[in-house]
Amino acid sequence: MRTIDQTTGEILDLAAQHFKVPRASLSPQDDFFKKLGIDSLQALEMLTRLENHFGIELPDYEMQGVSDFRTLASRIQARL
Amino acid sequence: MLDLDKYDSLGAALRDALRHWPEEVCLIEADRDRERARLTYRQFGEAAHPLAAALQARGFKADDRAAIIMTNQSKWLISAYAVFYSGSVVVPLDYKLMPREQLALLAHSRASVLITEYPIWRALMQTEGFEKRRVHIELVTEAPAGADLGGAMRWEEFRAEREPEFVPRKRSDWACIVYSSGTGGRPKGCVMTHENYLEQCLSLTRLYPFWPGVRYLSILPTNHAIDFMVGFIGPFVCGATVVHLRTLRPEYVREAFKRYKITYMALVPLILKNLQKGLQARFDALPKGKRAVLNALVSANRALTWRRPKLWVSRRLLSAVHKEFGGELRALFVGGAFAEPATLQFFYDLGIAVANGYGLTEAGTAVTLNDFKPFRPDTVGRPLPGIEIRLANPGDDGIGEVAVRSRTVMSHYLDNPELTAETIVDGWLMTGDLGRLDESGHLQLFGRKKNMVVTAEGKNIYPEDIESAFEGLAVKEFCVFAANYIWPERNMAGEQLVLVLQPETNRAVDETLRAEMTARNQRLLNYKRISGYVVWEKDFPRTASMKIKRAELAEQIRRVLDRKAVQPL
Repeated sequence: MRTIDQTTGEILDLAAQHFKVPRASLSPQDDFFKKLGIDSLQALEMLTRLENHFGIELPDYEMQGVSDFRTLASRIQARL
Repeated sequence: MLDLDKYDSLGAALRDALRHWPEEVCLIEADRDRERARLTYRQFGEAAHPLAAALQARGFKADDRAAIIMTNQSKWLISAYAVFYSGSVVVPLDYKLMPREQLALLAHSRASVLITEYPIWRALMQTEGFEKRRVHIELVTEAPAGADLGGAMRWEEFRAEREPEFVPRKRSDWACIVYSSGTGGRPKGCVMTHENYLEQCLSLTRLYPFWPGVRYLSILPTNHAIDFMVGFIGPFVCGATVVHLRTLRPEYVREAFKRYKITYMALVPLILKNLQKGLQARFDALPKGKRAVLNALVSANRALTWRRPKLWVSRRLLSAVHKEFGGELRALFVGGAFAEPATLQFFYDLGIAVANGYGLTEAGTAVTLNDFKPFRPDTVGRPLPGIEIRLANPGDDGIGEVAVRSRTVMSHYLDNPELTAETIVDGWLMTGDLGRLDESGHLQLFGRKKNMVVTAEGKNIYPEDIESAFEGLAVKEFCVFAANYIWPERNMAGEQLVLVLQPETNRAVDETLRAEMTARNQRLLNYKRISGYVVWEKDFPRTASMKIKRAELAEQIRRVLDRKAVQPL
């Protein structure tokens, strides 16, 4: 079982890879819309990538109001 | 299609639709690549009538109000049908609002029934002010076994076996209360009559007809005026099928076109742009030779369709592209926000007609729509049949405020006669949008007169609604503006919100204050955030009751500062 810190780290790795930004530039409290310069559909694309990685399914509504990596990690962790 | 002239209410038209096409499929519910449900019109009635009967048995009667907060799914439509059947009023609330905003609108609408989904209900139960709600019947769908529903009932079990009574309504009676803005300064609850919807449906289906076998893909929330019309009322009164998709993820949207052989779909510019991006990436990845062939076919299609669309020609010429959209697509409707002409042209060149238009909730969805006779992506089309447009106070350039007169225009704003009187003047709905009509009757838009922005997702944001997020900020005073309201621009894209603040005496805007603004900004939903702030050292002009005179303040700022004064956050 992953710890929340591990989950967060893996999310940051994947986000950096997916949106081609340096991993070191991302931190858990970042607002991913702003930091990655993405819109809500791109955020959903990232979510699909994360679902495949973690082997879970997260309905769209779970992303409602979520905009930082840490909260996203807690939503994913709850389903692991 | 039913002859809507003969009907006085949505309830009566929908009831007859169920009788007319009992064995046609009316709803397909898809979730990602799974199909959850498929209902014929007869089965739809079998689900809706016991719900109507149960509501009536508990005293729910004509003109009572029922709020629905749900994602786009079959139970939204089944519930709304049961409410209309009972002669009552539907209050569609946006499931994407914050729970506290939903509670505020619930209170404002004075709904006695709430129908919602479990995750939304769970969030409402945890929200301050939940205890104060005055709702008599609360129904929750899809609650897990053993879940604490805090006194609410399960939608699936709320059934009465007796026949419900059909309650007729007059055309002028209320059908819906639709909120076109949030909870800030003044909630705008548009009271829509049965006539508004019946007339809108008639004029839209004249341009874009539905019939049994047509499949409409619904991804926009049904509380959105567009989906309510083209994803519920329109298809139902024509015996067509609505396919609900419970996710906006582009990969599943693309898949749904093929799987369900979709005929029509309504979307917002953000999603259209995303589809364009996906297609463009695939075109770019083609080997050089294939790319050249595609370009030649696109050119040929453009030449053959410049005067009007020829669907069969385009489907043959560009069959691979059309197969990606299922092969049956006739048109995409784009609305809710400004769609870029280049994106519309991109699809038109592929033989995919994207009907852009212009509308607002207050006018009963669409006011204008492109009719492709010929295609004019630089405009938002011509007024729909039965809708009159004039331009109030036009300047030398012919640009004036768009005013609309039609049987589709709302009755009034709920409990707000002053706002109604400001908005509907001598029978004309003053839209606050600036436009010009060309010689062929096409409307072009050139920005807004009103202090608001519309995002690419089709969200209307009123600055007053987000000011509460900045309350208590360590400044002397502040207010939020649409940047284009202070510095008018003749375009509709890339609109932003700015915070205007007067610092405390002898205090500059330092890092602490900036950090506080950023933190508060992040508490807002991402599409509601301000993009920067402006420092204004003078006192804000105020009315006798201390309200900020926004127009005057904007004017003062405009005289002294330009857009470069906005400090990004």
